[in-house]
Amino acid sequence: MATKTQNSRAWLFVLPVVVLVAFNALIPLMTVVNYSVQETFGDNVFFWEGVKWFEQVLHSERFHASLLRQLMFTSIILMIEVPLGVAIALSMPKKGIGVSVCLVLMALPLLIPWNVVGAMWNIFALPDIGLLGRMINGLGIDYNFTQQPGAAWFTTILMDVWHWTSLVVLLAYAGLRSIPDAYYQAAKIDGATPWAVFRFIQLPKMKRVLTIAILLRFMDSFMIYTEPFVLTGGGPGNTTTFLSIDLVKIALGQFDLGPAAAMSLIYFLIVLLLCWVFYTLMMRHEAQ
Amino acid sequence: MRRFTWLVPTLYILFLMLPIYWLLNMSFKTTNEILGVFTLWPREFTLDNYRKIFTDPTWYNGYLNSLSYVVMNTVISVTAALPAAYAFSRYRFLGDKHLFFWLLTNRMAPPAVFALPFFQLYSAVNLFDTYIAVALAHCLFNIPLAVWILEGFMSGVPKELDETAYVDGYPFWRFFVKIFIPTIAAGIGVAAFFCFMFSWVELLLAKTLTSVAAKPIAATMTRTASTAGYELGLLAAAGTLTIIPGAFVIYFVRNYIAKGFALGRV
Amino acid sequence: MSEISLRELRHSYLETPQADADWALKKMSVDWSEGGAYALLGPSGCGKTTLLNIISGLLTPTEGEVWFGDKNVTNMPPDQRNIAQVFQFPVVYDTMTVYENLCFPLRNRGIPAAEVDRKVREIAAMLDLDEMLPRRASGLTADGKQKISLGRGLVRSDVNVIMFDEPLTVIDPHLKWVLRSKLKELHQRIGTTMIYVTHDQTEALTFADQVVVMHEGTVVQIGTPVDLFERPRHTFVGHFIGSPGMNVLPCEIENGTPLFAGQPIPVGHAIAHRDGAERLEIGVRPEFISFAAEGIPVEIVKVSDAGRYSIVDARHGEHVIKLLVPEGDSLPAESAHIHFDPGHTQVYADGWMVN
Repeated sequence: MATKTQNSRAWLFVLPVVVLVAFNALIPLMTVVNYSVQETFGDNVFFWEGVKWFEQVLHSERFHASLLRQLMFTSIILMIEVPLGVAIALSMPKKGIGVSVCLVLMALPLLIPWNVVGAMWNIFALPDIGLLGRMINGLGIDYNFTQQPGAAWFTTILMDVWHWTSLVVLLAYAGLRSIPDAYYQAAKIDGATPWAVFRFIQLPKMKRVLTIAILLRFMDSFMIYTEPFVLTGGGPGNTTTFLSIDLVKIALGQFDLGPAAAMSLIYFLIVLLLCWVFYTLMMRHEAQ
Repeated sequence: MRRFTWLVPTLYILFLMLPIYWLLNMSFKTTNEILGVFTLWPREFTLDNYRKIFTDPTWYNGYLNSLSYVVMNTVISVTAALPAAYAFSRYRFLGDKHLFFWLLTNRMAPPAVFALPFFQLYSAVNLFDTYIAVALAHCLFNIPLAVWILEGFMSGVPKELDETAYVDGYPFWRFFVKIFIPTIAAGIGVAAFFCFMFSWVELLLAKTLTSVAAKPIAATMTRTASTAGYELGLLAAAGTLTIIPGAFVIYFVRNYIAKGFALGRV
Repeated sequence: MSEISLRELRHSYLETPQADADWALKKMSVDWSEGGAYALLGPSGCGKTTLLNIISGLLTPTEGEVWFGDKNVTNMPPDQRNIAQVFQFPVVYDTMTVYENLCFPLRNRGIPAAEVDRKVREIAAMLDLDEMLPRRASGLTADGKQKISLGRGLVRSDVNVIMFDEPLTVIDPHLKWVLRSKLKELHQRIGTTMIYVTHDQTEALTFADQVVVMHEGTVVQIGTPVDLFERPRHTFVGHFIGSPGMNVLPCEIENGTPLFAGQPIPVGHAIAHRDGAERLEIGVRPEFISFAAEGIPVEIVKVSDAGRYSIVDARHGEHVIKLLVPEGDSLPAESAHIHFDPGHTQVYADGWMVN
């Protein structure tokens, strides 16, 4: 860092990026801000409304409910995917053909279009024609995710675990591979138990990649839209209506632009804020 | 106990493969078989679903549309990100840290937030329903990502390389194209892989910005799913086909991915 | 503590070694006596680290046995062998303090807390680490980290041997000397057997009482630094140790006397002619060659000044012979004669010294 030279012409280098991203980020963001403070009755006639929509959204029970669902969903999948991903990474082969096989097969879900993931899980979990649905019902458990809220949650979470655990695995695996053999040898000589090896060597060395994994999974699961929308459509009822799904329902379904825009901004700010808090906490911990 | 550690990844991969197997299984079945009987293996093996996709232009065009905007986006993102990443890794300039953070915040923006304004923006500039519209829109999250990955790789290249080239009398752009870019080829591969991946899997924006001419394959599928629920075999076949490009790309970059992840840049 | 002996040891990294070159370590039997300071010297890839890892138990040899005293430890894991090892790159447990790092091997063995504390403080004082005890280990410099890895070995009162695998690689040059003297001092104080692997002859010769020289998977000589210098048992030792290395010249043997360039070269003892040797050579160090009134005629090709002496390249036919001339001595003109000191000239058959 210290060796970087001051060069103001560097702005020329970043100009294309700034223009492209600004075009896509700033103009739509301004539009959203614009809507969020106005009221329209159609015909492109707008009235200044101030912070009315923000107040309305912040006090709306519907928003609270989807936010709560969103927080629950995100915490559950983080609690499953992170430890599971680490456990799988720890037990993966370290060399040979097995590594490539594992990497390729595990990365596969990451490259499937999100609505295909939803559709695939839909036909996989349907109680009449789906393998999973048949299996669970075969065990004597009454399972139908289109009707039962519990089953819908279970299926959505299982789908997300299926879809994204590999990301954690790949990151954790890369972190593990970067530990020099000497650490394991020293631990062996020092008589460390497998748990001590994990606690004092593997976990500290994986911290950086795990931070990234948690951040990414947090952000992406907080924005989740397509997969649950295709799988359950937010139902049964509103039980799997997460923030994004709710937002699109309000904006495109009911065309309530003002509240939708205000909700968008609040939503975006929540993501930014939580990421920032998480990131600073991790960094502070690191600095100690 | 260590003897059984292979069980964990094996079971996990099995779990990953199950839904894919089911999709594949369905894609070879006739609609009657899907709805009529429950079979683990197609009894009347048929390729009709695939035949339909490859002969009906609304289907195969969807495919070409998707690939077109994905490739376009990958090229734009990586090309624009290269000089920017270089600037971030080598220079200090007014507002560099804020700019970098601002770029990353766009990776955090929920696409649902932007769906409607995007529709209006791209309609306003007359790009609605074109490849370039989707390619440009995906830059929103892919450019920050590409800059981030490439900056990581570039910071790993010692500054002495640049200095030696200048001492040898290379003008900047020739050095950049002839020496620097080949040096970070692995990084470009990783960045391109992730741009491809995120553009390929994203659908909310792609669907919002297209109607007919540039409609992605995955959106064509959604239509089938919602309006013609009985064509499940066709849906499964189309879904299976969307997995193939991803599988190809993973296979070719498998050694680079681990490297990219190792840098902690995704 | 006990004597370590390697018996009929052989190792290969391949599943089914066949050719001679498949063996990373060729058959060897070596004894390391209790309390010795050994250096294991050789170029990169000669099998030093393999040998070290076999002694520490990180590797199990393909053939042969490892004995610690009267115990066969060949198949024993490292933690039960009571050994300590310092690696090339410092290994510290980043999240622990220096104090916790030093406690780690003792706590893993369930030693009472009071005993652990006493021992750790004693060793920390010995290594000048006492002031750093409460600090996080990750913040230390490379030499501090190497001291911690060494300390983790020293805290254990039961260690049979402490092994060092090129421990000074990442240390700043001016600190290398300090750390090396510290090691030497520690060895004298605690008297544990130490094995120090290096490819640097200065490190080896200054640290060790006994130097084990390895070359292509074979131990070519074990001896004191003086032995290695004056009586290299293999031409490789002659080359590798000393600067410049030993002159090795082809020769023939007639009536028990080696002939070089048609001239008899007197050596300290009579040489029996060895049948079957493919290659006969004489070896003599530049230090033991001098100009003389008569002897082997040479032409002086080059003179380089090396401070207290000059290195002279003299040519006879196609052979270049190096010799050292003390500073201030006059050099003969272009052509001269040289003389080899008979007491320090050896004959080598196929690389090995002939007695």
